[in-house]
Amino acid sequence: MLGLNSRDFKLLMIVIFMTLAAPILLNPFPVDSALGESFNAGYPALMQRFVIFGLLAVGFNILFGLTGYLSFGHAAFLGVGSYAAVWMFKLLSYNIVPAMLASVIVAALFAVVIGYVCLRRSGIYFSILTLAFAQMSYALAYSVLSPITNGETGLQVYSDDPQVLMRAGDPIVPHLFGLEMNSSVTWNVGGWQFVFQNGYYLSAICMIIGFYISIRIFRSPFGLMLRAIKSNQTRMSYTGMNTKPYMLAAFVISGMYAGVAGGLMSAMDPLTGAERMFWTASGEIVVMAILGGVGTLIGPVLGAGIIKYLENIISKINSDILHNWFAFMPDWMDNLLVNILYPFVGKGWHLTLGVLFMVVVIFLPGGLVQGGQKLGALFSRKSKSSNSDATTAGTANTNTPAE
Amino acid sequence: MTKTTYSRRRVLKTGAVAGTAGLMMPTYLRAAAHEGFTNAPTGDTVTLGFNVPQTGPYAEEGLDELRAQELAVEHLNGMGDGGMMNTFSSKVLDGTGIMGKKVEFVTGDTQTKSDVARASAQSMIQKDGCIMITGGSSSGVAVAVQGLCQEAGVIFMAGLTHSNDTTGKDRKANGFRHFFNGYMSGAALAPVLVNAYGADRRAYHLTADYNWGWTQQESMAASTGALGWETVENVLTPVGAGDFSSYIAPILNSGADTLVLNHYGGDMVNSLTQAVQFGLKDRQVNGKDFKIIVPLYSELMAKGAGSNIEGVFGSMNWNWQLEDEGTKAFVRSFGEKYGFPPSNAAHTCYTQIMLYADAVTRAGSFNPCAVVEALEDYEFDGMGNGPVLYRGADHQCFKDVLVMEGVASPSGNANMVGYDTLRIVEQTPRAQVEYAPDHPMFAGGALGECNPGA
Repeated sequence: MLGLNSRDFKLLMIVIFMTLAAPILLNPFPVDSALGESFNAGYPALMQRFVIFGLLAVGFNILFGLTGYLSFGHAAFLGVGSYAAVWMFKLLSYNIVPAMLASVIVAALFAVVIGYVCLRRSGIYFSILTLAFAQMSYALAYSVLSPITNGETGLQVYSDDPQVLMRAGDPIVPHLFGLEMNSSVTWNVGGWQFVFQNGYYLSAICMIIGFYISIRIFRSPFGLMLRAIKSNQTRMSYTGMNTKPYMLAAFVISGMYAGVAGGLMSAMDPLTGAERMFWTASGEIVVMAILGGVGTLIGPVLGAGIIKYLENIISKINSDILHNWFAFMPDWMDNLLVNILYPFVGKGWHLTLGVLFMVVVIFLPGGLVQGGQKLGALFSRKSKSSNSDATTAGTANTNTPAE
Repeated sequence: MTKTTYSRRRVLKTGAVAGTAGLMMPTYLRAAAHEGFTNAPTGDTVTLGFNVPQTGPYAEEGLDELRAQELAVEHLNGMGDGGMMNTFSSKVLDGTGIMGKKVEFVTGDTQTKSDVARASAQSMIQKDGCIMITGGSSSGVAVAVQGLCQEAGVIFMAGLTHSNDTTGKDRKANGFRHFFNGYMSGAALAPVLVNAYGADRRAYHLTADYNWGWTQQESMAASTGALGWETVENVLTPVGAGDFSSYIAPILNSGADTLVLNHYGGDMVNSLTQAVQFGLKDRQVNGKDFKIIVPLYSELMAKGAGSNIEGVFGSMNWNWQLEDEGTKAFVRSFGEKYGFPPSNAAHTCYTQIMLYADAVTRAGSFNPCAVVEALEDYEFDGMGNGPVLYRGADHQCFKDVLVMEGVASPSGNANMVGYDTLRIVEQTPRAQVEYAPDHPMFAGGALGECNPGA
């Protein structure tokens, strides 16, 4: 269906279900319970980040996963996309359609220029070049181009901006033809509370579309060509292929994904700052892809989700909350447990991420997706012998774990 | 917050499923619209959000802010000795929380990045139900979070933010700043500097290349210029440069006899240390002793720079060595709890929480618009800065500014470096640092309407 084989279709359906039901799935605990206060992640701002960074990682994966070219400056596209969108809000109106179009176009142009230069080299030199471009963009946005980017303070919409397409009565928040992005419906069931927000669903739909396109690219002759470049670019050249256009196309597509993600970020929250382009932001995208599983379809989305969850949920657990959890224990045990756990939560969430990353890289080179496959294999050992050939072929086809 | 139908249909569908599954029938509400404002506290508690940098370059300041914020919550809830609640000119706070509701708080890490700070503030508003956000140690973050709070309809009580823009071109109706700003630093410092060093100085500026640095430099150049000083050159330095030697060497041949370091945090520590290593302090230019000035001081910077700050002038919002009753009470209760004096970042955050609690109580409502009304043009005293005015036109506090000088530690106690190595030279009266709300350095902004959200 939709031009997908049944396996991919199932995966797409799972992604659609997970994203659409996220407001419920991510709020498994009652609001007022201790677990709910600490671990519920189903609030709009975070769910938006899950899908937006998911989309970003999916796009990154088209470049890194398929061609093996590690771009260390992907955040630059995210940043220019965001700036383009906010400028559209400032100049035209709060309607997100021109904003999103502008962010994709600007990011694509940016990607063409940077890609053209950087793709003259491969391997580590390519990575360093992209990193250099991203850091240049960051430095420009942070201070030199302050009239355009508003520097460190960040670009935002002021009430005296032109907004030429704005009519009286239009919402003064980003909207899709009047549908306000920050409007939501809250649903209370017993102690549970679920929030369904327009902005989240718009981002989710973009992510699903992006994911679908990514599957199609993975399965297309174009995707095959990119994989061929990854396995042996020299041989491709010797056979008379000019690989450069393919590389550039992959780079630009990937940059456009980042542009959409940047535009969405601005549409959800119309302020953007230069640090969105900082090299740590680019690094984060790489970590997302590797954590989830480079070259797999769903992996980068998983990685993005985990990092954003750690950053927003685990980082807010402070020592008071820990003491509350263990309050029922004797004092010495309480203190001992808090002392053991404390370095890993709150501001120590980076440590948790680091440990997780190390574990994944050492034991699961294919990322969390490989972990899932191993688990799956464990439970379906019986049926495996009968149709092992088919499964292996299928697995290789769908996921092509790290090669 | 809502007037859409498409997601409600989904809700109804899902609701029907849930209903047949035997769950209680859903009651869907329009996001707290019945109370009239975002996150109206319904139970017997009220939640405040403390959004401070706990990692990154300003982490130490953020942690000190957090200490003061926890102390303020204790005092509001009637624990501890009450601190500045006892000296505050308004007496409506009685130690039973805010309007009888116990104060609870959540913390978040801004990492001194606007995006992260906004994400953290959003989670405080959407997930934890915070009615007010406070804290922060950088102007970019303050402006970003202030804009977010304006959109979401909660109050933002800024922490340490010194850029003119926070209450200038980026001012917002839901945002308030107690801390002073670049203009005030310049206005307070210039007369003292001219007194001490003479009116015919040639100043060389090194400026952190971002908004705060520019406004600080602009303010210093304008106020010293008005008194006769000449600005020889202004060189912008990248933030976090680490090594400033290439910027300092040209000063030696510039003919300047004064160096103004418009740097903050680690940058200031590095640039000052290197300037001293270059022997600038011992130089003679134009027959005058070479002098260094750091317009904005903080205890933590002074600590980092150690003995290099001796003889260096700067300004502060507040200092623990002041002699008034409010300061004494605050320093006593902070010192008893943590074992060292509070920094001026801590003081401003503590004061902001007290002011918020007081405004809510006087207004008789948590509604942001009622709070805004209660805070605007509010005069108070006893919070360590003497009589203070919260100006309604731009939500900026006006109060005395301290001119400080770095000295050798009188106690010789290594733990007190940064706290007793700064001496109060002068308490510049409020009238001298006041300016019109539409002063060119602050123009271009509009408060807009207060937004209660929902």
